[in-house]
Amino acid sequence: MSAIEHDTPDNQKTEVKSTTCYMCACRCGINVTLRGGEVRYIEGNPNHPLNQGVICAKGAAGIMKQYSPARLTQPLRRKAGAERGAAEFETISWDEAFRVMETRLARIRATDPKQFALFTGRDQMQALTGLFARQFGTPNYAAHGGFCSVNMAAGMIYTIGGSFWEFGGPDLEQAKLFVMIGTAEDHHSNPLKIAISKFKRSGGKFISINPVRTGYSAIADEWIPIRPGTDGALLLALNHELVRQRLYDEAFVTKYTNAGYLVNDDPDSPEYGLVVANGNTPADNPHRTHSQLWWDAGIHAAVSNHAPGCKPALSGRYTLPDGTPVRPAFALLAERLEQYTPGWAAEITGVSAERIRGLAREMGEVARDQKITLPIRWTDSWGRMHETVTGNPVAFHAMRGLAAHSNGFHTIRALSILMSLLGTIDRPGGFRHKAPYPRGTPPVYARNPVSGEAVLPETPLGGAPLGFPSRPEELFVDDAGGPIRIDKAFSWEYPLAIHGMMHNVIANAWRGDPYRIDTLMIFMANMAWNSSMNPVETRRMLNDRDETSGEYKIPFIIVCDAFESEMTAYADLVLPDTSYLERHDVMSMLDRPISEFDGPVDAVRVPILPPKGECKPFQEVLIELAGRLKFPAFTTPEGTRKFRDYPDFIVNFQTEPNSGQGFLIGYRGAAGDKSMVGEPNPKQWEMYAANNCVFQHHMPPEHQYMRNWNQGYNDWAVKAKLRRFGDPVMIQIYAEVLQRFRLAARGYGKRQPPAQLKDRIEQYFDPLPFYYEPLEVSLSDKQKYPLAAITQRPMAMYHSWDSQNAWLRQIHTHNYLFINTKTALSAGISDGGWMWVESMHGKVRCLCRHSEAVEPGTVWTWNAIGKARGAWHLAPDANESQRGFLLNHLISDELRNAQGTRTSNSDPLTGQAGWYDVRVRIYPAGADEAKESSPQFDAMKPLPGTTPLHRLWQAFVAGKGPNSGARE
Amino acid sequence: MTQLALVIDLNVCVGCHACVTSCKEWNTSGVAGALADENPYGADPSGTFFNRVQTYEVGQFPDTQTVHFPKSCLHCEDPPCVPVCPTGASYKRKSDGLVLIDYDKCIGCNYCSWACPYGVRELDEKEKVMKKCTMCVDRINDENLADEQRKPACVLACPTNARLYGDIHDPESIVSKAIRENGGYQLMPEWETKPANHYLPRRSASAIDNVLSRNVEQQRPNELKATDAPAKP
Amino acid sequence: MNPAFSVIFLTTLIGAGQGLFLALMAIQSGIIAVPSASARLFFIAGDAVALAFLVTGLVASFFHLGHPERAWRAVAMWRNSWLSREVIVLPVFMAVVALHGLCLHTGFAYADQIGIAGAVLCIALFYITAMNYVCLRFLQEWATPLTIVNYTLLGCASGFTLATALAAAMEPALAPDLGRWALALTLLAASARIASLIRNARLRPKSTLQSAIGMRHPHIVQKAQGFMGSAFSTREFFHGRTRQVVQGVKWGFLLLAFVAPAVILGLGSTDGRVSLSGASIAFVTQYVGLLAERWFFFAQARHPQNLYYQAAS
Ligand SMILES: Nc1nc2c(c(=O)[nH]1)N[C@H]1C(S)=C(S)[C@@H](COP(=O)(O)OP(=O)(O)OC[C@H]3O[C@@H](n4cnc5c(=O)[nH]c(N)nc54)[C@H](O)[C@@H]3O)O[C@H]1N2
Ligand SMILES: Nc1nc2c(c(=O)[nH]1)N[C@H]1C(S)=C(S)[C@@H](COP(=O)(O)OP(=O)(O)OC[C@H]3O[C@@H](n4cnc5c(=O)[nH]c(N)nc54)[C@H](O)[C@@H]3O)O[C@H]1N2
Ligand code: SF4
Ligand code: SF4
Ligand code: SF4
Ligand code: SF4
Ligand code: SF4
Ligand SMILES: [Mo]
Repeated sequence: MSAIEHDTPDNQKTEVKSTTCYMCACRCGINVTLRGGEVRYIEGNPNHPLNQGVICAKGAAGIMKQYSPARLTQPLRRKAGAERGAAEFETISWDEAFRVMETRLARIRATDPKQFALFTGRDQMQALTGLFARQFGTPNYAAHGGFCSVNMAAGMIYTIGGSFWEFGGPDLEQAKLFVMIGTAEDHHSNPLKIAISKFKRSGGKFISINPVRTGYSAIADEWIPIRPGTDGALLLALNHELVRQRLYDEAFVTKYTNAGYLVNDDPDSPEYGLVVANGNTPADNPHRTHSQLWWDAGIHAAVSNHAPGCKPALSGRYTLPDGTPVRPAFALLAERLEQYTPGWAAEITGVSAERIRGLAREMGEVARDQKITLPIRWTDSWGRMHETVTGNPVAFHAMRGLAAHSNGFHTIRALSILMSLLGTIDRPGGFRHKAPYPRGTPPVYARNPVSGEAVLPETPLGGAPLGFPSRPEELFVDDAGGPIRIDKAFSWEYPLAIHGMMHNVIANAWRGDPYRIDTLMIFMANMAWNSSMNPVETRRMLNDRDETSGEYKIPFIIVCDAFESEMTAYADLVLPDTSYLERHDVMSMLDRPISEFDGPVDAVRVPILPPKGECKPFQEVLIELAGRLKFPAFTTPEGTRKFRDYPDFIVNFQTEPNSGQGFLIGYRGAAGDKSMVGEPNPKQWEMYAANNCVFQHHMPPEHQYMRNWNQGYNDWAVKAKLRRFGDPVMIQIYAEVLQRFRLAARGYGKRQPPAQLKDRIEQYFDPLPFYYEPLEVSLSDKQKYPLAAITQRPMAMYHSWDSQNAWLRQIHTHNYLFINTKTALSAGISDGGWMWVESMHGKVRCLCRHSEAVEPGTVWTWNAIGKARGAWHLAPDANESQRGFLLNHLISDELRNAQGTRTSNSDPLTGQAGWYDVRVRIYPAGADEAKESSPQFDAMKPLPGTTPLHRLWQAFVAGKGPNSGARE
Repeated sequence: MTQLALVIDLNVCVGCHACVTSCKEWNTSGVAGALADENPYGADPSGTFFNRVQTYEVGQFPDTQTVHFPKSCLHCEDPPCVPVCPTGASYKRKSDGLVLIDYDKCIGCNYCSWACPYGVRELDEKEKVMKKCTMCVDRINDENLADEQRKPACVLACPTNARLYGDIHDPESIVSKAIRENGGYQLMPEWETKPANHYLPRRSASAIDNVLSRNVEQQRPNELKATDAPAKP
Repeated sequence: MNPAFSVIFLTTLIGAGQGLFLALMAIQSGIIAVPSASARLFFIAGDAVALAFLVTGLVASFFHLGHPERAWRAVAMWRNSWLSREVIVLPVFMAVVALHGLCLHTGFAYADQIGIAGAVLCIALFYITAMNYVCLRFLQEWATPLTIVNYTLLGCASGFTLATALAAAMEPALAPDLGRWALALTLLAASARIASLIRNARLRPKSTLQSAIGMRHPHIVQKAQGFMGSAFSTREFFHGRTRQVVQGVKWGFLLLAFVAPAVILGLGSTDGRVSLSGASIAFVTQYVGLLAERWFFFAQARHPQNLYYQAAS
């Protein structure tokens, strides 16, 4: 009888449970089949709005993550006398671990809370980790966003009030032309794949702008190879052409952007470059003036913006009655764009002037001629009713190819402006927001503290650790103008570092600049390896001692991880986290939910397996510590612990007493029948679990579009606590916010940058987008280092964390450096040969793969495949460490200019790490050299509590159940 | 006569490997037993997979196409792998045209793999029997599953819906229409093995009026119409 | 293909065994020389040696199987599988060889008839064994009648050389004639084998990367095969050796399987005497040459599946 034909001889209990995937940050709904208590099958949940039943390579390999031998299972303490990095640990109990942490943290909190820094990596619960830090009283908190894509968030939020990433995206269901720039895999992986294929099948045209053609770009109808770091030039030239060819949507630009706002044009005025206001700041929103002026060309006078019947001037120079010379913002933009001709951009980008002109025409014509009109009636913020919603069906998507450059903020401003000129913001077929966005430009819901007084012993921080500064007064600096945060975010060095700057933390703490800290807690970040620029240096710093005291320069490091990562070796205390199948979790509206265009969506994870070994969810660790340390929000007035555990916290926590706003928006109210806001519901978890672990609020069609200026939507959003104020979110083609900083650099205002930073602020805080070479490029010897080096996300691997997965690692066991065939041949490097790639910071020996799908001036590799020897519980001779390599060894977190001054290798506005700016040269490895990648590291020893690797074979998964197939 | 098949749309496949691991996952967990992995955490790991996604570069810079190319057993209508098998372990099923292997009969002689020009049969180095894509017979024939779940694991997984599944002998099936309307083709036609699985080529952006575009919604595998459900054996 | 040593040994050992048996039959039927009465022992020993080769070959073949304990199942598909037919015919032939020896030993009457049946089976076995390769039509190097000719002639040549050595030891009178036959067969086999080398060198693969993935572009290069360690498909179908090694093996087998034994046999048969050592050396060299020949036979066959497994990244 055929083995494959008979039915399941099932005497074991089979059950299917739904939860949410976390093999990556996309967070798809999954159904998990368990048999005899073991995971047998993980599939996409067809009833989940995000992934609609599909799954990806990582998600479907979740079984092998759950049963990975690299799982940590016990709290560990560095052995007395053992060096950091040597990975010599002893197991301890949780009691002991908590005792150690409580003692240490209580002392810090009672003396100087800044001495505790909590930084989290691929964290999707920043609402909780941020709350913990704030309640602790430390400003030193951030997640990974600062090195990830903060340019994308900041550039777009400060311009259009929302952003790609999780907060908005291309409406491919209605778009006709789709332009994807610098995207390999994205956070929205599965939904984007679903959308792109539907889009292609319905005949849409898909253009990809990327130095490399992989993944999504592979199925683009047209690939436009571009030199890395030069998109700003391309986008400015496209803007130039739209204006020159008058292909922009004038009605949209006039009504919905600040194009018609009059800008002070008196260079001697302290208000130079600011939008002129008539002084009537509305009381309900102290952060915004609502009284900007338009120039009414009909009556030759300034009027309030959106005055009925007025068609504002977009060009010209005018003088206000008080004598102030003014110009419409659009005129300033048009003037700026004049120099950015296609010919100019062609030289920089490598894209021909003809193609740039053609592309602009194509975009403009599709936007103009293929308009979509939906019969949806809505009312705008000025009280006017519209019978329809119109869309100009050109959609864009962009990610780190734009963001991860030190000129990314302005590039992304240029993109946002391009999208706005085309009239595609929150309209059908264009860009659409996802709740909680749109928010102000910038938002006002989170405000960081603005002075050192915010940091006091035994007191929560006087503000949110992260915010959105809109003027110098909102920087977080001390009286001397120096940084208060360890990472220097919100200081004059990185005023708009809205996600913090995790990549600076270790170097700054090591150097004691701006100060030393005592305890560094790292959650879910592999800082000793792939999320560090220059890991060799970072590892040295983690292990470096103060010469006088003999103590480590960073005295105490706590790492919470689920696997034996490179970072765990550098911990003093290792906290074993649960896997995603073993814990409660929320994808909160207070953080980064999984909303859809048509309404807010949040989701939860529920445990479907008991924790492995002694694993404990990090959430529980935080709740426990918060209780022990008696944080106000976690303590009853009587001084007892407020929340039993994490599930209890999620149900009962409210942002303010009786605000009705909590971490989850679904099934609120005593009976679970309210959404967005409502009293706590003790059955909330059960109700989520019964509903595919997801809650989706569908908004009526009239709230689904034009939300920046949609009164109905904004009124609702205020009630739903998505926004603080219901004012229209005007698109900032002219960024007045930036000009405020620039004015400070010119000596105006109470807060001014320190002398050495004045020029920098003056240069980069330009209210209009401009192109400059990435900092590192401008500091590189381009004769010596002629090539750009970048990475791509592989679809079948999540950063470093999937090499412990027996199936995924067979797909990407090691990596090659991909080089254009001609470039490689002219350097004498053969296909498959060993070679060196060298930057001004370091060099790497690796394997070469010739490719036709890469721009000749660029080399690239898959990100984070290379591993340190022995890490991730891999054998010391595993390919990942012997043939794989990390591009990070070529990158540096710090740059030195000609004068030797150090600066962070980051965007000067946002602090975004410049991952993709490095310049390299290549040459063949000698025939006599070792056939292994370089640098190599001492083999990391397996940590106590992980599974010994004596099995050569792994047939299936668990090793317990009768059907498991583990034969050894 | 029914001939079940997969039709792979190279026009939308992004090479994500979802079909690869979901196939491994379903089949290794299934009743037929595990698919072994050798050296899973050591040097040069190697395992049994029924489906692999490959990458080809077509053309030269800048006129380059990057083609992701998933490949599993093509369930040939005239399968050379079947008549060579000395034990009868390898057989073609009349009822639905699937080419299957009876692991209990297989002696692991490898001969059938020599007879397959497509490189899709893999000897499981642990169980020492020949294995390959089963079209997920244990899903598509499982009457306990809901109709929309009775599809191969890889088809349900594929985020771009690049994998269509159905009966190519039924001219009205979604696969037959997709082949007809999009220039579906077979691999290595020179050997006249008549693979049941077909591939849809890259197509240009001009609006495509055919079954794929008309039924974009119905295209989601879990929403295929009843006529596309596999024949009950 | 990646040469499997079990199959190399199987085919070369049974080939020599079969050739030896045919040599015995040639003598028995008077084609070669009239055996002396004392030759009975020689025949019995010949059958025994042939059987030993056949058994060793069969044993070697078991190493090829994942499940040798199920080998009996392989008889099932004789209607369409050449392998199944081989699995049936080989043991039957072995039984007949054994029976033949037994008849001679016991003086049973039907030894001649049994011998004829054995000879028929033996030739059939050559054909069937070869057909296992010939029938794989997309292995173009194999899919030719020359494969049948070669299997037969190479088996006969080595078998006759073996018979010569055996005769030199036991029945020297037979040795010169046998030696001349062995020489002739060796030369014949050499020409057939060279003919197939020439044919194969001229082959143009019918499958190309273009037909493999269905794209017409002249410039297609694989970048990733879907895995990076290895897999059955990268182990089974390619030898992993350089061209030079393969070429070396080719010249090696031409030398060892043909030139060297021909010279030794030729020298031995001119002066009318064949020394045991000479014939033995001739056989051992030839056999080693045939091992190399068989290795090359596999290595040279380009399996179209390899088009799909050319690069990892
Ligand atoms: N499977 C998988 N999914 C993931 C991740 C993962 O590791 N694996 N990581 C997640 C994370 S943390 C993030 S931040 C997102 C990131 O998602 P993406 O931003 O899509 O990921 P990257 O790989 O950084 O892609 C950058 C792309 O930009 C291109 N690029 C680089 N420089 C330039 C340039 O100057 N101009 C242009 N036009 N293109 C350029 C690169 O070639 C690459 O294709 O992905 C998330 N999703
Ligand atoms: N060269 C180069 N470097 C890059 C990038 C690049 O494009 N090129 N991209 C950068 C970007 S955008 C990012 S976001 C970073 C990502 O960098 P990281 O966030 O440092 O990288 P990950 O590999 O995702 O690993 C985070 C850690 O989380 C652990 N982990 C996994 N699951 C769990 C869990 O359930 N609980 C806990 N506690 N831990 C868990 C893993 O074991 C791992 O140690 O990399 C950056 N580094
Ligand atoms: S995209 Fe991410 S969340 Fe979704 S299934 Fe894949 S790994 Fe899981
Ligand atoms: S799952 Fe679909 S898109 Fe992904 S590789 Fe397979 S066929 Fe291609
Ligand atoms: S693809 Fe290969 S294994 Fe599958 S039926 Fe065809 S010949 Fe047989
Ligand atoms: S390996 Fe198994 S299925 Fe293949 S020919 Fe041999 S017995 Fe038949
Ligand atoms: S049909 Fe089933 S067995 Fe075949 S490739 Fe797809 S998932 Fe694998
Ligand atoms: Mo990231």
